[in-house]
Amino acid sequence: MSTRQTIRLTVNGKPYEREVEARLTLADFIRHELHLGGTHVGCEHGICGACTILIDGSSARACLTLAVQADGANITTVEGLRNRETGQLHPIQQAFVEAHGLQCGFCTPGFMMTTLELLGENPDPSDDEIKEALGGNLCRCTGYQSILDSVRLAARRLQSASAA
Amino acid sequence: MKPAPFDYHAPTSLAEAVALLARLDDEGCDAKILAGGQSLMPMLAMRVARPEALVDLRRVPGLDAIRLQDGYIAIGAMASKRAAELSELVREKQPLFHAATRLVGHQQIRNRGSVGGSFAHADPASEYPAVALILDMQMVATGPDGERVIPADEFFVTYMTTALEAGEILTEVRMPVLPTGSGWAIQEITRRNGDLALAGVALTLRLEAGRCTDARIAAFGVDATAVRLTAAEDSLRGAVPNSESFARAGATAAASLGDPMSCIHASADYRRHLVGTLVERALAEAAARAR
Repeated sequence: MSTRQTIRLTVNGKPYEREVEARLTLADFIRHELHLGGTHVGCEHGICGACTILIDGSSARACLTLAVQADGANITTVEGLRNRETGQLHPIQQAFVEAHGLQCGFCTPGFMMTTLELLGENPDPSDDEIKEALGGNLCRCTGYQSILDSVRLAARRLQSASAA
Repeated sequence: MKPAPFDYHAPTSLAEAVALLARLDDEGCDAKILAGGQSLMPMLAMRVARPEALVDLRRVPGLDAIRLQDGYIAIGAMASKRAAELSELVREKQPLFHAATRLVGHQQIRNRGSVGGSFAHADPASEYPAVALILDMQMVATGPDGERVIPADEFFVTYMTTALEAGEILTEVRMPVLPTGSGWAIQEITRRNGDLALAGVALTLRLEAGRCTDARIAAFGVDATAVRLTAAEDSLRGAVPNSESFARAGATAAASLGDPMSCIHASADYRRHLVGTLVERALAEAAARAR
């Protein structure tokens, strides 16, 4: 029983052990303790989706998860998308660049992590399925159409890559 | 938007969790149970809730099964909504609960949010309490004296308040299999996809020999708890299922609402209007499914 806890978890393939305050959110842990600034914190109460990450392969809002709840978990953040060996952007990142899926970029990490889960589960989604999946992410630059284009492009690229 | 400090406990068995809650209660400690956290975390962040201790159930084994047992579907309180959504058993045997689950939040929320958490949280605008009322669901609570089963119509007391005692943990929810031939529908109006409903309606409908023999209708988002719309149900008994009887039931439902909630997004009159319209639409949807 304590306000502080020791947690062990893996983030983007790298193991970490840290002592944290129980009230620390996973989003703040990732940003301030691990210094991975790609996970953005927008609303801090589960509305905007900017802090979306994958916990054990499933998308989650890092602001609605305590760091202590992620003890033992395998986390993927936006920093985990880029190919670690070649430095190449992930096809989802490349598609967002090419199809203008971002303007200010604040919401982008969340959209890309949501897209990563979507295309993992459903490699060839319909427009309605993409819209349903992206419904939990807000973009205040109102770039939804280009985001939709980006996800479509990423789906095509990933499909042809897996077919090759 | 940061939670206030609290003591954190992660018991590793149900017995340990129950004993811990009893001890904290004895000590006068304001403890809250943490399940998926998808409703509690925003309340902590906004400091609407400032518990002195959190008891996290994530390490308690055996609370996430989804199974068919003695003719009813039992869902462990810690099963995620996503697991309920992906369950073949739930989709095939209780499509109304399945459809309600898909209306809760977004996939990011359903991945983490527990089924039991929504029942214990008892938000009047959420889908599950309304579904629980019309399906006569049963809530299994485990406390110092063992298990007790609480029927849905006694479980939801008022706004975000349930019949659970301070030392009790909701461990399972049970629901009947939807009888073959029953029609069902759940419809809601939200400002954005995935939001809590401004108003919503869930119902089941039975037709025999061209007549409505039974309708069970509940509304959510309009009062301190989900409410059964018995006047509308009565208006349908023996009626021919058509646009006239459905419109009459909608009007009856709207007229029967006492004093609906009112807020900046939806006045009481607007909510009343929505319930009438949703009852009418949901009946048409359910009738198309009924055989």
